[in-house]
Amino acid sequence: MSELQAWLDQPSVTIVAIGALVGIAASLLGTFLVLRRESMLSDAISHSVLLGIVVAYLLTGTLDTPLHVIGAALAGLATVWLTDLLARSRRVKNDAAIGLVFPALFALAVLLINLYARDVHLDTDAVLLGEIAFAWLDVVNLGQLEVARSLLTMLVIALVNLAFVVFLYKELKLSTFDPQLAMAFGLRPVAIGYALLGLVSVSAVGAFDAVGAILFVAFVIVPPTAAYLLTDRLWWMLTIGCMIAIGASFAGYAFARAFDVSIGGAMASATGGFLLLALTFGKHGLIARGWRQRAPAAPPLPDFGAVSTGPAGGGGVSGHGVGGGAGQAVSGVPRAQVEAPSAASR
Amino acid sequence: MALLGDFTVRTVALGAALVGVVAGVLGTFALLREQSLLGDALSHAALPGVCIGFLLGGARQLEPILAGALASGALAALLVMLLTRATRVKTDAALGVALSLFFAVGTVLLTYVQRHEGAAQAGLDAFLFGQAAALVPRDLSVIGAVAAVVLTVVLLGWKELKVTTFDADFARSLGRPVVAIEFALTVLIAVAVVIGLQLVGVILMVALVIAPAAAARQWVTRLEGMVVLAALFGAASGVAGALASAAVRGLATGPVIVLAASGLVVIALLFAPQRGLLWHAARAQTQRRALRAHRVLVDLYRLGEAHRDPGYPSEQGMIDAYFGSSTAHVLRRLERRGLVARVAHMPEEGDHWVLTEGGRDQARELLAPFGARERRGPEEPRP
Repeated sequence: MSELQAWLDQPSVTIVAIGALVGIAASLLGTFLVLRRESMLSDAISHSVLLGIVVAYLLTGTLDTPLHVIGAALAGLATVWLTDLLARSRRVKNDAAIGLVFPALFALAVLLINLYARDVHLDTDAVLLGEIAFAWLDVVNLGQLEVARSLLTMLVIALVNLAFVVFLYKELKLSTFDPQLAMAFGLRPVAIGYALLGLVSVSAVGAFDAVGAILFVAFVIVPPTAAYLLTDRLWWMLTIGCMIAIGASFAGYAFARAFDVSIGGAMASATGGFLLLALTFGKHGLIARGWRQRAPAAPPLPDFGAVSTGPAGGGGVSGHGVGGGAGQAVSGVPRAQVEAPSAASR
Repeated sequence: MALLGDFTVRTVALGAALVGVVAGVLGTFALLREQSLLGDALSHAALPGVCIGFLLGGARQLEPILAGALASGALAALLVMLLTRATRVKTDAALGVALSLFFAVGTVLLTYVQRHEGAAQAGLDAFLFGQAAALVPRDLSVIGAVAAVVLTVVLLGWKELKVTTFDADFARSLGRPVVAIEFALTVLIAVAVVIGLQLVGVILMVALVIAPAAAARQWVTRLEGMVVLAALFGAASGVAGALASAAVRGLATGPVIVLAASGLVVIALLFAPQRGLLWHAARAQTQRRALRAHRVLVDLYRLGEAHRDPGYPSEQGMIDAYFGSSTAHVLRRLERRGLVARVAHMPEEGDHWVLTEGGRDQARELLAPFGARERRGPEEPRP
C-alpha cells in the first residue's frame, strides 16, 4: 500500500494518469461519434457545459457539488436537443444549427461569469485551457490512500464509459451502423444516442479541470479518427483509440516538461502526431492509397467480347483493353467495413 | 447615444460594424454551401497563427498577427481538404480534427509566449474572447482596408460565386474554375474570421459568421437581398456589442455581439413572414380548425341524407362519440357562423344540432369535388 502511495505522490505519475484517463474516456465515446458523423456535437457540448457549471455555481455558490456535474450534463443535453429541434424545424441546416446553438450558450456563460462570478475561481482561461499541472495538489483520502481528486473523478468516468461501451456494445454497434434495423429490433437507437451524448457531457465536465473544454474535443475526435485510418474492425478501432490516447499523454507530458508549456495542450497536440503517422502509413492512409492506385490491376475480367467474336487473342485486342480497364477500376475502389451509415443516423 | 460621442467607443463601434458587414456577406455563402462549421474550425485554427505572428512581429503589431492567423487558417482548411478528399475521413471528423489540433497547438504556443516573452503578452489573451477596448484607430484602418478588398472581390466575382454556390455542376459545365472559386471562398471566410478576432475572439467568431446569414435567410429568398440583410444584421450586432460592453464595465465584447446576433436569429425564426415558426403555427391551427369544422358539417349532412331527412337532429353526445373527442367548441363556432342550429329534440336528452340551409349548401359545396355521395346509395354503410 505504501509503495502505491509513494508512486501516487509523484506529480508526474498523477498528471500522466489523469491525461490517459481523460483520453480513454473521450476516445471510447469519440469512436462512436466519429462513426455516426456527429463529431462536431462534442465540440458544441464541450463549449456549452460551461453554462451548466456557471448556472449551478450561481444557484449554490460553490463549485464542489455534484450539482455542477448534473447542471453541466443537462446543459450538454440541452445543446443536443436544441440543435436537433432547430434542424428539424428545417429553417436551417444541421451544421448551421450546431453553429448557432453552442456559441449562444457559451456567450451567455461567459457574460454570466463577467457579471456575477468575476471574483471566483471560475476563470474562463482555466475552463478553456485547463490546468492539469496542479491537479495533484488537490487530494482526497481513500482509505489509507491519498489520491488526487481529478484522478479519482476521471477514473470513475472512464470506468462508467467503459462499462457503457462493453455492456451496450451490440446496441451501440447496430444503432451506429444501421439505425433503422436497430429500431426494428427494438434497440432504441434514439435513446442510445442521447445516452452517448449525455456521457460525453459528463466526461467533458470531468475533463474540464484536467485539460479544459476544447482540448477535450481533441481527445474525443483525433484518436478515433487516427484509428479509423488504421482498421476496419470496431473493437480494434476502440482499442487503438485508447492506446493512442495513452501514448499521447506520455508524449505530451514529456514535451510540456521539456519546453515549459501547457501540459494539456501538449497532450492534445501529441494526438495530432499519432494522426499524422496514421494518415501517412495507415491501412487507409496516403501511402496505401498511392500504392493501391499504382498497383497492377487484379486479374482481368473474362473477355467475353473476344470469346464471342473469334479465337482468343485473335481479333479481341480492343476487348482485352476494356477488360483490363474494368479490372483496374474495381480494384481501385476500396471496400471498407467501418463505413458510417447515411446522414439520417439521428 | 451619448456613448457615440466618445472617440474610443466610436472607433470600436465602427470596427465592429465593418467586421459585422464582412462576416455577414461571407457567412451567407458559407451558410448556403452548408459550410457553417468551417468558420468554427477556421476561427479556432487561427490561434497558433496569432501566437506565431506575435512571436515574429514583437509587440502588439496587428499586421503580423493577422497574417499569421490567416496562414494557420488556410493550413487548417488544407488539412480538412486533405482528410476529406484523400482519405475516407468524413467532413465532421475532419473539421473537428483541424479545430482541436490547431487550437491545442495554439494553447501550447500561448503558454510558451506567456512564460518566455515577458509581460508584454497581456494583449494576447484578448484574442480568445475579444477585447474591443484594445482597438486603436490604426487597427481600424487595417480592418477597413481588408473589408474593402473582401467586398470588392465579392462584387467582382458575384456571378461566379452565385453559380458555384447554387449549382457547382452547372458552373463546371460552363467551364468555370469551380475548385479555385471554392478555395477563394474559403480564404475569404478565413479573412473575415481573422479581422474579427480582435473584437469577438477565436472561440465565438463562428457565430458572427453564421448567425446574421441564418437570420437573413428567414426574411428573404433572393441571394442579393440575403447578402445585404446579413451585412446589416452583422453590423447591427457588432455595434450593439461594442456599445453594451462600453456601457457596462467588465463585459467582454465578443459574447455581447454573439448574443445580439443570436437574438436576431430567434426573432427571425419566430416572426419572419414566410418561414416564421409563429406564423407557421398560426396557419396550421387555422387549417386544423377549418378541417374539423368541415368534417363535422359533412358528417351532419350525411347523417341527414342517411335518414332521408335534411333537418335530422343529431345528438351532441353521439357526434362526440363518433369523433372520439368533444366537438362542442366546433359546433359552437359553426353556430356563430349560422351553419348549424341548436334544437331541443327531446327534453330529457342533451343538445341536438341540425344543419341550417346555409350549412347544407356549404356541406354540398365541400362534397362536390368528390362527387361520390350522389352515386352511392344512402343506405350503404360508411366504410
